[in-house]
Amino acid sequence: MSDPTDTNGTAGPAEGAGAAQSSGDGTGGRHVRVVLVDDHRMFRTGVQAEIGRTEETGVEVVGEAADVDQAVTVITATRPEVVLLDVHLPGGGGVEVLRRCAPLMADAEQPVRFLALSVSDAAEDVIGVIRGGARGYVTKTITGTDLVNSVFRVQEGDAVFSPRLAGFVLDAFASTDAPPVDEDLDRLTQREREVLRLIARGYAYKEIAKQLFISVKTVESHVSAVLRKLQLSNRHELTRWATARRLV
Amino acid sequence: MPEAAAMPLAEPRPPRKLYRSSDGRWLGGVARGLAGHLGLPVVWVRLVFAGLFMADGLGALLYAAFWFFVPLGVGGVGGQKPPALVGTETAPDGRRRLVARKPDKGQIVALLLMVVVAMVFVGNVNLGSGAKAYLLPAVLVGAGVALVWRQADNARRARWVEVGRRRRTLTLLRAGAGVLLVTAGVSGIFVLQGSAAHLGSVLQAALAVLVGITLLAGPYLVRMTQDLSEERLMRIRAQERAEVAAHVHDSVLHTLTLIQRNAENAGEVRRLARAQERDLRTWLYRPEGTGKEEADEPATVAEAVRRNAAEVEDKHGVPLEVVVVGDCPLDERVGAQMQAAREAMVNAAKYGGDGGAVQVYAEVEGRTVFVSVRDRGPGFDLDSIPADRMGVRESIIGRMERHGGTARLRAVPDGGTEVELEMERAEKTS
Repeated sequence: MSDPTDTNGTAGPAEGAGAAQSSGDGTGGRHVRVVLVDDHRMFRTGVQAEIGRTEETGVEVVGEAADVDQAVTVITATRPEVVLLDVHLPGGGGVEVLRRCAPLMADAEQPVRFLALSVSDAAEDVIGVIRGGARGYVTKTITGTDLVNSVFRVQEGDAVFSPRLAGFVLDAFASTDAPPVDEDLDRLTQREREVLRLIARGYAYKEIAKQLFISVKTVESHVSAVLRKLQLSNRHELTRWATARRLV
Repeated sequence: MPEAAAMPLAEPRPPRKLYRSSDGRWLGGVARGLAGHLGLPVVWVRLVFAGLFMADGLGALLYAAFWFFVPLGVGGVGGQKPPALVGTETAPDGRRRLVARKPDKGQIVALLLMVVVAMVFVGNVNLGSGAKAYLLPAVLVGAGVALVWRQADNARRARWVEVGRRRRTLTLLRAGAGVLLVTAGVSGIFVLQGSAAHLGSVLQAALAVLVGITLLAGPYLVRMTQDLSEERLMRIRAQERAEVAAHVHDSVLHTLTLIQRNAENAGEVRRLARAQERDLRTWLYRPEGTGKEEADEPATVAEAVRRNAAEVEDKHGVPLEVVVVGDCPLDERVGAQMQAAREAMVNAAKYGGDGGAVQVYAEVEGRTVFVSVRDRGPGFDLDSIPADRMGVRESIIGRMERHGGTARLRAVPDGGTEVELEMERAEKTS
């Protein structure tokens, strides 16, 4: 279990699935500095209690914030590796925090990476923070173990997709008649689509690797590629957020 | 408009309040409102007013008093078509669009009637020759006041009827005309008291006073209208909030009560919380333009999958996570697939629910509808099921094959079972 690329963690079948086969046995020598940004104190306390036991999880919570201004101040001061960011925040929401922390994210030495955490099911919320620069999106019903694994995944620069996010992305990149503006960014490859489908079906990365006869690393690189496309594509559907379901 | 009065009454029906009618009115809607209130035909009331007008102008006074004191509302003769004289459109919801450009025939008739009645009045009533001279200015003043009042009424009625987009210029013109008439009338009276030579100075003085009043009261008026519109906006917001609250309020409180009562029963608590969460999410994140109330029968794949998952979740107390990509209307084949998917969900919840949430994925791509139901339970082997147990074989596999689809059951390497259902839609419906 010490090889970080081979964790049992899922891509956060965010809604609690997959907890059964997570290990959660010790830190495996991992350590990550985290800031919690959420306007609900109860929730911050809960997360702190669940993942903040550094000896067991390897997660060290170095700061907390309850609104946008506070978040920017705390993140700038503590320079954490990962920020758990709520989507709905007073003062402009998670997107605003991402916007104001853009220089920190782009830092070559030690970038600050963001993992969005929300109760929201709205596509524009989910996609909004991803396009804002978050490296993943999980819902608050995620188990502690899965959340810890997701945090480490983000720390390593990988993307964390919940089944719901995968569904939204598939919807957003659905085959339309509109010609792509940028072939590289506006289309998902067949492989990427397969990976996303399996995530949406509740598979962990390891299971996806087995299913497609590829390595976990390859799965991760596919997911990261999708994340990049999601953040950079100027596809009409992506920017306009047609949240209505596609009736084929 | 709240119809009920505040005071409790012995009558089972709340008393009708008197409003002036904003529909099909000729002047101020007084007669129509009264008629509605008293349950008499409008014509009678109008005739009575006209008759009283003969009685030393009592009718006019009464009418003016009513106009001034009775609020404009949606009272009056309800459900009755406005008289044929009135040439305005009545919308199906009983609201009448005010056609600002062309005056109602009714208004012209009313005006003519008034002139006739005034003639009769002047002829009948013996006024002193001095008083007669004052009649024209007085009439002018009256007309001006009536015009301005009616304008104010229209503004008020616009809030009722939400006419909203009326031409501002016209409004201003009407108000201006009213003010002008009043000014002319008052000046006339002054000139009569003095002499024509003073007309210029009187007019100048009147103008100076008007400008002064405008300067003094203008800012207040502007601020007042701003406050009013802001208040209106706040009220709309409050209404929306109230709507959300009304929906959420009862059901959440109810659920919380039940959770407290069932605190010992973990499964029940979980089920209640899930059901409430689902309800809330449905309400919060429903696509724009869809109703808040669920239809009796789901019409599309997404609806059907969600509905089935919700029912299974409620019945078996196991969370089902649903992700749907794309959507299409249901046809007979896809309907059968939905039935099969439901069976698969029930099985997953029954036998694989211990391993955590069941993941349901549905995708519509082109003509293919794909559904997968995946649990993380102990898994099961189709061959080990006795042949007389037809559950899975019939209700899932058999059903899919009969309708020309395919069903695959397989054990997932890391534990659990996955059911994959694939169906081609009957025909292309774009």
